[in-house]
Amino acid sequence: MHHTPDQTQTRRRPTTLAALSALALVGVLGACSSGGAAAGGSTGGDDSTYTWWDPYPQHDDASDWAGRVQACGEEAGVTIERTAYDTTALTNQALLAAQEGTSPDVILLDNPAVSTLADTGMLTTVEEFGLDTSAIDENLLAAGVVGGDTYGIPIGANTLSLYYNAEVLEAAGVDPASITDWDSLTAALKTVTDNGDKGITFAGIGTEEGSFQFLPWFWGAGADLRDLDSPEAVAALELWKGWLDDGYAPNSVINNSQNTVWEEFLTGDFAFAENGTWQVNSAAEADFETGIVQLPARDGGVAPAPTGGEFIMAPVQEDTARYDVTRQIVECMTTPEGFVETANTFAYYVPPTADGQAALIEEKPELEPWVEAVRNAKGRTSDDLGADYPVISEALWTAVQNALSGAATPEEALTTAQTEAESATS
Amino acid sequence: MTTIEVAATAAGVDRQPAPRRRRGPAASQWAAAGFAAPLLVYLILFYVYPLWRNIDLSVHDYTIRAFVQGNADFVGFEKYAEIFSSATFPTALWNTAVFTVVSIVFQYAIGLALAVFFRSGFRLSGLLRAMFLVPWLLPLIVSASTWAWMLNSDNGIVNSVLGAFGLAQINWLTSPDTALLSVTIANIWLGIPFNLVILYSGLQNIPGEVYEAASLDGAGPWKQFWSITFPLLRPVSAITILLGLIYTLKVVDVIWIMTTGGPGDASTTLAIWSYREAFGTGQPDFSPAAAVGNLLIVIALVFGFLHLQLQRRQEDS
Repeated sequence: MHHTPDQTQTRRRPTTLAALSALALVGVLGACSSGGAAAGGSTGGDDSTYTWWDPYPQHDDASDWAGRVQACGEEAGVTIERTAYDTTALTNQALLAAQEGTSPDVILLDNPAVSTLADTGMLTTVEEFGLDTSAIDENLLAAGVVGGDTYGIPIGANTLSLYYNAEVLEAAGVDPASITDWDSLTAALKTVTDNGDKGITFAGIGTEEGSFQFLPWFWGAGADLRDLDSPEAVAALELWKGWLDDGYAPNSVINNSQNTVWEEFLTGDFAFAENGTWQVNSAAEADFETGIVQLPARDGGVAPAPTGGEFIMAPVQEDTARYDVTRQIVECMTTPEGFVETANTFAYYVPPTADGQAALIEEKPELEPWVEAVRNAKGRTSDDLGADYPVISEALWTAVQNALSGAATPEEALTTAQTEAESATS
Repeated sequence: MTTIEVAATAAGVDRQPAPRRRRGPAASQWAAAGFAAPLLVYLILFYVYPLWRNIDLSVHDYTIRAFVQGNADFVGFEKYAEIFSSATFPTALWNTAVFTVVSIVFQYAIGLALAVFFRSGFRLSGLLRAMFLVPWLLPLIVSASTWAWMLNSDNGIVNSVLGAFGLAQINWLTSPDTALLSVTIANIWLGIPFNLVILYSGLQNIPGEVYEAASLDGAGPWKQFWSITFPLLRPVSAITILLGLIYTLKVVDVIWIMTTGGPGDASTTLAIWSYREAFGTGQPDFSPAAAVGNLLIVIALVFGFLHLQLQRRQEDS
């Protein structure tokens, strides 16, 4: 480089460097895999420490949950080294760790991710571990079954229901018990809106949460995830779109996450909010009286809502001698008492076995409607969708976004979605 | 590269008082290599390897299974063909162009106007200038969330102000017509401080006598700006715009927090698309994500070289 030593030159080198490093930053953007692999625990350590990953960063080391995990380790005579990530990060970390051969001994992860991980061959089956899953409710276990093999056990389940604000309903003269199908719900929304309150809020965001919230309506119409553009599916999307057009639901639902939905509901302005078991405590503490009704199917009855909740899984280890202790840890989390204890630790988990559910209702009768909702719920990856589900789900939430925002009609949006999903899964 | 040579020669001078004996590579060369090694290792580890890995990802078919088991099939440019023929591609490319160009034009114009304004150094100008830096100091998640709240269709302050003037509700973030506009406005606001600071420091280097001479010749403020400030600021402007371009091309966070690229693809840029393929869904799709990422790098590189070319021509003349 030859320059005359003037002002521009003295400033030039650092800026060129800055430009280069900025370019490199753009580069790092796409290079997703290289960092972070070292962040997780490695199983190369000694035999008395077992690694455990879960998606509950909100529970720190001093929490009841951490204590419960540790107690299971002590029972098996080992120390558990627990690391918490949020759900998406945990999926990515699990894949990276599997690639590096440093998988943790135990992973707890959201149920639709099980089939994705299982598909990579990084998980052991429960048969290999000699674990008994016969007591687990079939609809809940389904998310962990891929091609006939079971790759994990649900440690608890949650699902969606329709919360209502009793004061708003009373003011409008709506009886929550009258809501049994789509027509009666829409009629209730009209009455409430005419009375000057807001109708319903839900999450239509362009992520998995959007699909999660749309599925009860989708399945409640009788639609199938393999057939996104069926008339039933169109009817479900038209129901949502109609609510937006008639002002029964705010336009902002298109960007609402489930948390935002809940915040909106807590303002007390809304008659209904679609949300999950995990808000039970918050609902009890709200400034107004709340209640829940089961999400109605199109022509009456309870719509199958998707199951939420984490599975406990044991990734494949090089040192198979570790499996014995891992089994004891998994068993500790999945006994009937263990399920109830987990349910109590989290305050919102419904045990996945009939025994566990009975024990929970005995302790907390107010959770009964939730237990019923969980029994009616359906795994997102069931119907043998497995690892195809995330792809289909992406097409579905995109269709919901396009239809609600007016970029396409519900029918057009779902036709496009079906084409996308078909080409991506074939 | 210049840095390495300089360091090497400096080291050689220090280390070797008697460079007479010639046996193998001279000790000075070993020392030079030794001094350069940390930098080289750093460059390879943090620049070359990620870039290479990115290319590697994009020419293989990394399904999740292949990613874990490390046996991805080599597919050459198939992934590139896939993204070019995807329905998202034209939308994302157009959105990237609009987002980048509109952001830069406004950031630069407003930044320059503010820089000229603050140049006069009135009372409290320091304080005011400091306040203009706030967008830069806030964590992006805070400012982007705040924008999302302000632009909320039903409860946002922007719509309630518009409503007070009798205007209809605008679905800023949830309508396909305005989503891109909204994220662009937020991004302009975020980028003004950067432009202000760099252009302001550039202004400091224009000697005051030039302005004095100009005003003696009867040039008004407008004339002074176009004939003195703007031409003398050209090198700084070029750097500001180039950096702004690179920063804007790779913006993910603002858009992701405000709209996640939606509704549908309405505010999806190439960077958002790449992020969504890799991390935004339950199903990481690294190969197309890396292909889109590489495309972005190429675009940024083209503009980078264009800039160097322009600069060289400027210096030659």
